[in-house]
Amino acid sequence: MKSRLLALLLSALLFNLAACGKKDASPAAGGEEVIRIGAIQPLTGPQAHLGKDNENGTRMAIDDANAAGTTIGGKKVRFELVSEDDQADPRTATVVAQKLVDAGVRGIIGHLNSGTTIPASKIYYDAGIVQISPSATNPKYTEQGFKTAFRVMPNDVQQGKVLGDYAVNRLGGKKIAIIDDRTAYGQGVADQFEKAAKAAGAEIVAREFTTDKSTDFMAILTAVKAKNPDILFFGGMDAQGGPMIKQFKSIGLNAKFLTADGGSTPEFIKLSGGAAEGAYSSLPGLPLDKMPGGKDFAERFTAKYGQIQLYAPYCYDAVGVMIAAMQKAGSSDPAKYQPALAGISYDGVTAKVSFDQKGDIKDGAITLYQVKNGKWQVIETVGGPASASAK
Amino acid sequence: MDIFLQQLINGLVLGSVYALIALGYTMVYGILELINFAHGEVVMIGAMVTLAVVNALMASGVDLPGVVVVAGGVLVAVPVCMALGFAIERVAYRPLRRAPRLAPLITAIGVSIVLQNVAMIIWGRSYISFPPILPATRHDIAGAGVTDLQIFIFLLALVLMAGLVLLVQKTRIGRGMRATAQAPEIAGLMGVNVNAVISFTFILGSALAAIAGVMVSAYYGIAHYYMGFLLGLKAFTAAVLGGIGNIAGAMLGGLLLGVIESMAAGYIGDITGGFLGSHYQDVFAFFVLIGVLVFRPSGLLGERVAERP
Repeated sequence: MKSRLLALLLSALLFNLAACGKKDASPAAGGEEVIRIGAIQPLTGPQAHLGKDNENGTRMAIDDANAAGTTIGGKKVRFELVSEDDQADPRTATVVAQKLVDAGVRGIIGHLNSGTTIPASKIYYDAGIVQISPSATNPKYTEQGFKTAFRVMPNDVQQGKVLGDYAVNRLGGKKIAIIDDRTAYGQGVADQFEKAAKAAGAEIVAREFTTDKSTDFMAILTAVKAKNPDILFFGGMDAQGGPMIKQFKSIGLNAKFLTADGGSTPEFIKLSGGAAEGAYSSLPGLPLDKMPGGKDFAERFTAKYGQIQLYAPYCYDAVGVMIAAMQKAGSSDPAKYQPALAGISYDGVTAKVSFDQKGDIKDGAITLYQVKNGKWQVIETVGGPASASAK
Repeated sequence: MDIFLQQLINGLVLGSVYALIALGYTMVYGILELINFAHGEVVMIGAMVTLAVVNALMASGVDLPGVVVVAGGVLVAVPVCMALGFAIERVAYRPLRRAPRLAPLITAIGVSIVLQNVAMIIWGRSYISFPPILPATRHDIAGAGVTDLQIFIFLLALVLMAGLVLLVQKTRIGRGMRATAQAPEIAGLMGVNVNAVISFTFILGSALAAIAGVMVSAYYGIAHYYMGFLLGLKAFTAAVLGGIGNIAGAMLGGLLLGVIESMAAGYIGDITGGFLGSHYQDVFAFFVLIGVLVFRPSGLLGERVAERP
């Protein structure tokens, strides 16, 4: 009985090894080359709606490329999406990252959060696989010196600065309280905001923290209220931001509420139960209807998957620019197309995509929004090619 | 504004929810010496069912006052959870009643995972928001603010707890519960229908859990499929703090834990000079749990089952 079990285990192991050995893109039945592209985002947990949005954006781009009959180096290819769930958890992220590397993907679109993107980026770098993050905004991601790391969205240094300046110079904030969710993203954007707000002459009266899984903020907000701030900034995601602004109104805090891209979603407004009216936020990039391909993308996406949450257009562009680099290099080998990607100039849906030396997008714009009549409305766009051409 | 008073109010409201959930843990433990780790999920299902009904009523276009809409949700959620509690006991615990202790613990965790996933399939993975239909008028008490909803949650919890104590102490079924907790075999010999008593305990605990679920989702404005996990753990901690198996202990433990958490989250940053922050809020519950287990394993008011020979 025991030996039989052992044999079973061994054969299972061998089968797995055999599966692992099938790393290279092999010609499929139709004679076309199959190129696997990995996508990682949280598909479960409180950010699952954003993760699903990212997956849909990525899938749409891959379906489009397949439908268009893309060729690379003169050969017809077919792209295959391998989607994984990192649960927005850094540890899980590294595990699934390794899994995708082992599955022989030729490029990675992801992850959604900075906290997962940064630890996983080392794995992709070691394996020599190109990674394009559609939405991680922490500057550290591209500061590690990994030549495989790219992002198609402006980072938090820029976003924090725009928000900090706006809070102090335009909203007249003198005493500012800051809460963040202690993730690489939340803390990162809050730090940049704090720096900018201090530089503009405001006083930081409270710096409190929560987690990216909390729902109860009454105690923290009460502590914040004692400091009597005129502005409250929250660095974190919509799942916390929405309930936070609701609780913040319920304890009678009369400060203005600011948050960054993680809160700029329809979900934020929904979860706030009507309390979000008047809240401010920013989003890297142009507003959807000002994006070069925004209108068309929005129509096609909505018809297929429903409302865009946040980052789907950036995922679409991440896939687009990756395939464009493969075509330019005539190969899907990451080592070969990486230099092509670094030097690319690509007309995406969200913007004209080209990268600086670190792998960050050049000329990124930041747009400020405010909730009016239950919807995020654009206030203004700062920086980026659009404002440059408008001048 | 009086910050201390405000934190006390926050803590008491949170604590009254913990207390209601803790009662479910403690009653089941008192009778079966089993920790029903699926109890947190019953809370979640209660919140989700209420929200589903509330959202459906809102969408139907009938113009009803908010309180009526929520009451409608509760009227559906409570029986659903009662049935669920009954079913959990029948499916996951009764077949294993004579099995080693570890077996029902494992099925409890299994049930909890199944319920989470069922909820995820039915209601999706996103947070669901509670429509802002309940009155949220703020009152001023000595410089601290308190809303209608907070007062209501606190009072309702007190009424339910008082009702439960009366039920256990003064009614026939309550006497059956006490007898079963003391010695199930002998109670059976004396003509108590032990199975019926156990089923009733699960049903009762689940009804309280459903109401707690509604309270939490209305208070924080959101619900999601895994909200029961952390809530369940905290309520379990509250039950241990008060002395698991002890009904008065669960109430005391719940209220106390809520207050400890709020105070800790509100003051820790100032006390430690920013070394520890308010994001440790959830951790305090588990500090309390470890502290109780080390220094007073039977809890503040003592374990009732400890009386059993």
